This record gives sequence, structure tokens and C-alpha cells, in this order.
Amino acid sequence: MDKTWNNKAWFLVLPVLVLVAFSAVIPLMTVVNYSVQDTFGNNVFFWAGTEWFEELLHSDRFWEAMVRNLIFSFIILAIEVPLGIFIALNMPKKGWGVPVCLVLMALPLLIPWNVVGTIWQVFGRNDIGLLGYYVNALGFNYNYVQDPFDAWVTVIIMDVWHWTSLVVLLCYAGLVSIPDAFYQAAKIDGASRWAVFRYIQLPKMQRVLLIAVLLRFMDSFMIYTEPFVVTGGGPGNSTTFLSIDLVKTALGQFDLGPAAAMSLVYFLIILLLSWVFYTVMTNYDAER
Amino acid sequence: MARIDVNHIRHSYLPNPRKDSDFALKEVHHTFEDGGAYALLGPSGCGKTTLLNIISGLLHPSHGQLLFNGRDITNLSTQERNIAQVFQFPVIYDTMTVYDNLAFPLRNRRVPEADVDRKVRETLDMIDLASLAKKKARGLTADQKQKISLGRGLVRSDVNAILFDEPLTVIDPHMKWVLRSQLKQLHRRFGYTMVYVTHDQTEALTFADRVVVMYDGEIVQIGTPAELFERPRHTFVGYFIGSPGMNVLPVALEGRTAKLGAQRIELPGVPQTVTGMAEDGAVELGIRPEYVRLGREGMAVQVSKVEDVGRHKVVRANLEGREIAAVIGEDEEVPAEPKVRFDPAGINIYADSWRVEMGA
Repeated sequence: MDKTWNNKAWFLVLPVLVLVAFSAVIPLMTVVNYSVQDTFGNNVFFWAGTEWFEELLHSDRFWEAMVRNLIFSFIILAIEVPLGIFIALNMPKKGWGVPVCLVLMALPLLIPWNVVGTIWQVFGRNDIGLLGYYVNALGFNYNYVQDPFDAWVTVIIMDVWHWTSLVVLLCYAGLVSIPDAFYQAAKIDGASRWAVFRYIQLPKMQRVLLIAVLLRFMDSFMIYTEPFVVTGGGPGNSTTFLSIDLVKTALGQFDLGPAAAMSLVYFLIILLLSWVFYTVMTNYDAER
Repeated sequence: MARIDVNHIRHSYLPNPRKDSDFALKEVHHTFEDGGAYALLGPSGCGKTTLLNIISGLLHPSHGQLLFNGRDITNLSTQERNIAQVFQFPVIYDTMTVYDNLAFPLRNRRVPEADVDRKVRETLDMIDLASLAKKKARGLTADQKQKISLGRGLVRSDVNAILFDEPLTVIDPHMKWVLRSQLKQLHRRFGYTMVYVTHDQTEALTFADRVVVMYDGEIVQIGTPAELFERPRHTFVGYFIGSPGMNVLPVALEGRTAKLGAQRIELPGVPQTVTGMAEDGAVELGIRPEYVRLGREGMAVQVSKVEDVGRHKVVRANLEGREIAAVIGEDEEVPAEPKVRFDPAGINIYADSWRVEMGA
């Protein structure tokens, strides 16, 4: 069968192409440009080829940041997804409780990220912070500035506090769209609470959960602002995630070439992992 | 199988109902005989789904009792009542196969797996889905899904009744006939007590042995399709059943004659005056369009419209300032000076909307 070619369509997508070119493609190309060159200042550049990429792939610092980042993403997904589902299941479905819960849930999402960081930075301090002071008063030795474990706990709790709401709201939207008849039929079929969750609620939430996992994975893999404000990547390098490392390289040390190479690798990793996530989950969806 | 007694049941969705109008079900007192096929027919909001949900136990009635085979089960849960219900929209468990869908209610009741297998295979044959047993339920068509919903009820051999809540709403018209006749067949073969809620008169009249017509939270008439057609107990039944509905005309009674404006209509008998009926209470004459004879003699009418519906024509006319409808054959023509006669066999007299018996 012959396809109808309509060249006017190109004209219609042109504005978008121009916009994307200026907002994404051209900046990306400058990064590509930096990644293959070296400079000693004065705007003089030398061809460096794949040197920065090779260096990066053999850099312990990069791989350590990557592993930290993967562990972080894994932990927050493992906490936020089940917790989000659990909260969504227990939220009221009608009555005055609905708007109250929705507003409470939306609050953390409305706070600017650096403010979230500041809130927890102060909250966790053991001299003036409500959390830090009382945890220490209870006899726990908690100090996120000195202890890497405490720093991790703080950053993870902060992320859970900040982002679980997103999972909750998405799941809640999935749950309220289930018609009553499903619950009534389940009652008639004698289904247990667990069976209702497993065979009705979970399948109906599956699509929104896919989106929630994808969003939370991408965001947590790119996390920068909050840990930067709270720990600045420390103590030592214990909470230096990829993006923090990248900014240190690019703006702290002004190593433009290595930083550009790192940006590209970083970008490709996120692209690849998101694509794998998406394909795996949609394929799983299709074959059922 | 069970006989279901609905014992003076009233239901309100409000916490403290005071007036009659607070009740979604005003008072229903009726017995569904064991093995009967009943239809609950009425317009949206008349309380038919409320009644169905009370029988299935999804709702607890505000007043009254519900008995299965004489045993009071008003306070039993849905699961303990052992009924099956098919909903308006197909309810299936997406992630399971057709087979697992049918096995689900049995497995929930911890039936041994060997019995589950036997029962599920039997049921699959009954509903004609054996060839799809291993398919995922989500990929099926709406009518197949609706059969699965039904099958999940049939698979439990001891169900007391099967309830249907407008089950054919989302089914394509040509499949409606197929499904309905399969339901009829199942009923004949296995003798389930079936209660079928619908607002579609064709569905109700073709499915049920006895049709329960509900209006405004009350049962207005229970009868066979023929009774509902010939002798509607309430003018609402007259309007609601039949297409077009019954003509209802205000008249004044005078022995065996009814006066409609200047016209006098001979009645088949003398209407019995109902005690307590006000002298000038609203008296109406009801006659179905099928009993209105259009010809050259009788009462003069002005014809406003003729609708050809295929097998017959519907004539809309004006009689003494009242809109009436008449049905004539497909090849009949409207005469030049049209007049109508009412066939006495089809005349019913209503006082305050309720039918009055006629003596000799």
C-alpha cells in the first residue's frame, strides 16, 4: 500500500524543532564539543579525542559515585513504592478526609527543593535541630555531619519525606478509578483482603506504578539539590552522588573536558536505564 | 436454590429518614419462588438496584427482613448468603486466565483442587467458553467477559440465587439476543432462582416468567408479560410497557359510559367505585394504541403525524384536545376523514392512577 506523503507536516513541526534545537540540541552539542577537547585557559582548545572518556571509565571516583547513586535509588524505591501504596490504600475514598489528605500529601511536593534541603539541614542538626537534638537526648549518637551512616539515613529520610507523596497521589488516582462493582464482586466471590489487593487493586494500579517507578528512578538518579544543601556530599565523599561529583568537577575544579565527558556518560546511563525499565515493564504488561 | 421472601423491607440511604420520600425503597413485600425467573423492571432511580443489593447483602435494609427458604438471613454477610451477582459492567480479574477466574470463588472457599477442576470444567461447558479456558481474561470481548462474571456465580453449585444488575448494558445489540437466550436455557436446564434488573421492557418481557414493575420505590405490579400488557394495574405500567405506551385520557364516568369531552365511550362493564374515592377524583381511561381502531366511523380525530416503524405504523392524532396514538398495519392507509373507535377489550379505567375492576 502506498503511503501518503504530506510535506506540509514538516512545516508544522518546524517551530518545535527550532525550540528543541535551542533548548536541548545546541547546549548538548557544546557539551560534546568540550568532551573531546582540552584547554589551559585563555579560550585555547586542543583536540583530546577520547582521552577524557577513557580517563573517566578508569576513574575510581566516578564508579564510586555511580555505585552510591545506584544504592541510593534502590533504597528509596524500595521504601517509597511500598510505603506509597500502603498510604494510598489507607486514604479515605470519600468525605471530608479526601481534600485534607490530598492537601497534606501535596505539601512536600510544593516546597522548592533547596528549601527541603534547608529544612532537613536544620531539623537534623544536633545543637538546634528538633530531630537531631532529641535523637541525641534519647541516647543515640546521631550526627550527620561526621558520621557517613547518619548522613545517609538523613538523606534517605529526607527523600522519602519529599517524594513518597508523588507515589501516593499516583496510586490513589489509580485506586479511585476502580468501580465499586469490583469490590462487590470480590465480596460475593469471598475474596480475602489480600486477594482483593493482589487481583484487583494491584493490577489496576500497575500503569500508574510504572510511571511512579520511572519518575522516582530518574529523579533519584539525578538527585542534586537536597543532599548538596544538607551534606554537601560529605562527610568525606560518602554522599557524593553523580551529579554532585559532576558539579564539583565542572565548577569547582573547572575541568571542563572531564566534566563534559562525564555529563554525556551520565546522560546515556539515565537514558539507557529508563529505556530498559520502560521496555521491561511495558512488555510485561503486553504479554499478560 | 432458594425461595426468597422479601418481608416488608424499607430502605433509606439517609441516616435518619423521616418522610416517605426519604426512602429509596418505600415498602417491598414479595416472594420470589424457588426456581423462578423474575425481572425487576422500572425506570432509573426506582429502587430496583437497591432491592437487588439488599437481596445480595451488599446493602443492609433500614427495616424489614429477608428470608431464604424461610430462614432469616437479614444479618448474614454477602459471602454467607451464597448468591451470585452479575453487574452492569463486566467484572473480571484481569491478570487471571478464564479458568482461574472461575476457580477464584472456589479457591477462596478452600475447595479441594480436584473438585475445583471438575466444577470449573463443567461450568466452562455450560457457558460455552471451554475453548478459551487458558486465555487471559482481559483480552476477551464484553459478552465473553460478562459470561465469565456469570460463570463465577454458576461454578458454586449451591448458590441460592443468581442476581443480574442490567447485565446487557455494554453488550452489542446482536449479542444481547444470544446471551439472553443462553440465560433462558440455563434457567430451564438447572432451575436457578434468577432475578434480573433492567429498565429495558423487551429484556424484561423476554427473559422473565414474572415481571415485577417498580416505580418510585414501590412495586406497582407483578405479573406475566401478557398481564402487564393487557391489564396494567397502574397508569405508570401502561406508559412504561409498550411502544408507544398506553393512551391515558381523563374521563367522567356515567354507569357503563365514559365521557371524554363531547364523546361518549361505551365501556365493557360498570366500573366498581372504590370506597374512599372522591366524587371528582381523577378518573382516567387507558387504552393501548394496539386497541385504537382507525377508520371511517367513531370519534373524529385530527391526525398530526404518521410514523412508519417497519412492521406497522404509529399514528399520532388529536382527540378532543388530547394526544393519542394508534397502531395500524403496514399497508393500511389513514382515511381522508379519520375517526377512531376504542376496542372494549382493551379499555381499562383508572382512579387516582390505580386500575378499577369492572363488573358486568
